[in-house]
Amino acid sequence: MNALDQVFVNLQGWLVGLAPAGLRALAAMVLIIAGLMAVFGSCFALTTVMERKALGRMQNRYGPNRVGPCGLFQPLADAVKMLIKEDVVPFSADRVVHFLAPLVLTVPIWLAFSLLPFGRNMTAVNLDAGVLVFFAIGSASELAVFMAGWSSQNKYSLIGAMRAIAQMISYEVPLVLSVVPVVMLAGALSLEQIVQAQAGYAFGFLPRWNVLTPWGMVGLGLFLTAATAESNRSPFDLPEGESEIIAGYLTEYSGFKYALFFLGEYLGLFAITGLAVTLFLGGWQAPLPWLAWLPSWFWFALKFAALMAVFIWVRGALPRLRLDQRLNFSWKFLVPLALVNILAAALWHLSRQWNPIFAAAGARWLLGLAIIFPTYVWLGRTVNPLFVPVREYSYAE
Amino acid sequence: MTPTLQHYLFLSALLFSVGFAGAVLRRNAVLVLVGVELMLNAANLNFIAFWRYGPHPEALTGVMFAIFSIAIAAAEAAVGLALMIAIYRHRATIQVDQLQSLKG
Amino acid sequence: MLNDLSFYALAALAVAAAVAAMTLRQLIHCALCAAGAFAGLAGIYFQLGAEFVGAAQVLVYVGAVAILIIFAVLLTRGGDVQLSARRFSTHWLAGVAVSILVLGSLAVPIFKSPSLRALAPAGVSASVKNIGYELMSGCVVPLEATGLLLTAALLGSVVIAMSEKPAARPRRDVNTPRRPELEEATHP
Repeated sequence: MNALDQVFVNLQGWLVGLAPAGLRALAAMVLIIAGLMAVFGSCFALTTVMERKALGRMQNRYGPNRVGPCGLFQPLADAVKMLIKEDVVPFSADRVVHFLAPLVLTVPIWLAFSLLPFGRNMTAVNLDAGVLVFFAIGSASELAVFMAGWSSQNKYSLIGAMRAIAQMISYEVPLVLSVVPVVMLAGALSLEQIVQAQAGYAFGFLPRWNVLTPWGMVGLGLFLTAATAESNRSPFDLPEGESEIIAGYLTEYSGFKYALFFLGEYLGLFAITGLAVTLFLGGWQAPLPWLAWLPSWFWFALKFAALMAVFIWVRGALPRLRLDQRLNFSWKFLVPLALVNILAAALWHLSRQWNPIFAAAGARWLLGLAIIFPTYVWLGRTVNPLFVPVREYSYAE
Repeated sequence: MTPTLQHYLFLSALLFSVGFAGAVLRRNAVLVLVGVELMLNAANLNFIAFWRYGPHPEALTGVMFAIFSIAIAAAEAAVGLALMIAIYRHRATIQVDQLQSLKG
Repeated sequence: MLNDLSFYALAALAVAAAVAAMTLRQLIHCALCAAGAFAGLAGIYFQLGAEFVGAAQVLVYVGAVAILIIFAVLLTRGGDVQLSARRFSTHWLAGVAVSILVLGSLAVPIFKSPSLRALAPAGVSASVKNIGYELMSGCVVPLEATGLLLTAALLGSVVIAMSEKPAARPRRDVNTPRRPELEEATHP
């Protein structure tokens, strides 16, 4: 079913062919940008209502179900509400920086979408250093958080912004370290090549995705944990916890700027989920060889939806962590585990050339698990409790 | 018109002189460091421009220089700013014209 | 054509942000404009075909050095201090004159030299594979030295900026009475 697989590529080719010859390059760019904005904009709208319904069900209540069938038009109602709200800016706030902060958050994330391979031949910009550019864009969004917090001239906003920046900087390290084994074994930083390196099926039916290796499983867990923290989502959402610090760095924002902040945050989540699918779950490849007739972009969308469901599930199920607990967790647990993960991945790769009896898949799995699992247990049980101050509880007699 | 090597080198010289002016004129030590970082960036741009327009781009010399320069500039900024925080703690000022004596 | 336009736009952004970073009053604005200048330069690196260096520039400078500068400004309370000298003092004039001299001494050889008018050779790109090979074969000693340098800088900056603990006061034994004469008076 190659025609269905390449339907978007052919559609873009036909539309570009309609443009005059001098403007073809510009027309191609505009079409890709418009397509990405349409798809991920509607994805954002759908995710907000789906998340609220899923969280509601987990909390034993219905989510929004008034507007439209099963509440699916709720985003429209939200958009109208945000647009007609009054835009309040505090009197002593720094107006220019206050205005620019949501833009600085939202605009670079669209750049990140252009790097992801959504299907066969469906990468907008095929950069040689794709993974590095992705993380560079992610690190540029920390400045926007600071701008929002500082320009509001509000103590709570500034505290929230400082906490958010500390958290985002701390979790960048495990995020990048968990990707290093993938890059090491694929031999390239380009996202297309990483997807290609996960092609093929072992034993005729088991896909060679990175998640089906010991270091890949741990790597995906590390990546998803660090991604939740980078997107300021629960259980790491102290900067915007409504019960803790009013709304952190978002306190003085109302109306459309508030909506832009949420748009930027959810788009960041989508971009990181897309990257997780590409790096660990085999991108647009089908899980079984006899299912490969379904289009590649369908498989990408399915895996993307599955990871989004995991994020929503974790948000509903886990309580919020305190800031010092979070920073300890990142520096004293995730970073050593990520470093041991790199070691395990290197041994996985090298043991392929060892004695063929030993190089059978089962033995390599055992080797990988033998390195990672004791480290995980040791770090969790022995090392970390040393750094956690023991609380003295005194009870009334 | 298509930018030639001269355009990139002039841009680098302009950024260097702006950074130099800031490092010489501003009194706050943090802004002196910002000026120094701008000068380092201008030199990096010089390296990359010469790599691109030079005779042997496949040798990647300019790119290597720029990569190491970025790493070293980051380390220098970290240590410099830590020094400023320590000085502020002792002297309660960060203006360079008030930090005149070496006596601790 | 789009390539040339992007160079001029990014160059204008970088120079404007750099000038703003060096002249604004509020220190946080200076730091944010400096981050903008770094980002503009990263765009120029992308336009020159050095994608790895551009990504490293954004990751290190915009993502880390700019935030370090902002933290330093906030921790040293520099944001409240205004420029105390008058705007057009002799100090200021001398500084501007020297920097114009620097610009002139750099620009004159650039525009006079005929060999610098070359156009770019086509098909030049630094693939990540080649950068990796070069780092591991020709530049392996600088690579390891940079690793050591970064570790030393990390530890050194933490030690320098750490607040000093107050000198431990000699702890008094709780059971020793504070004033022995009173102790005898109250507890005969």
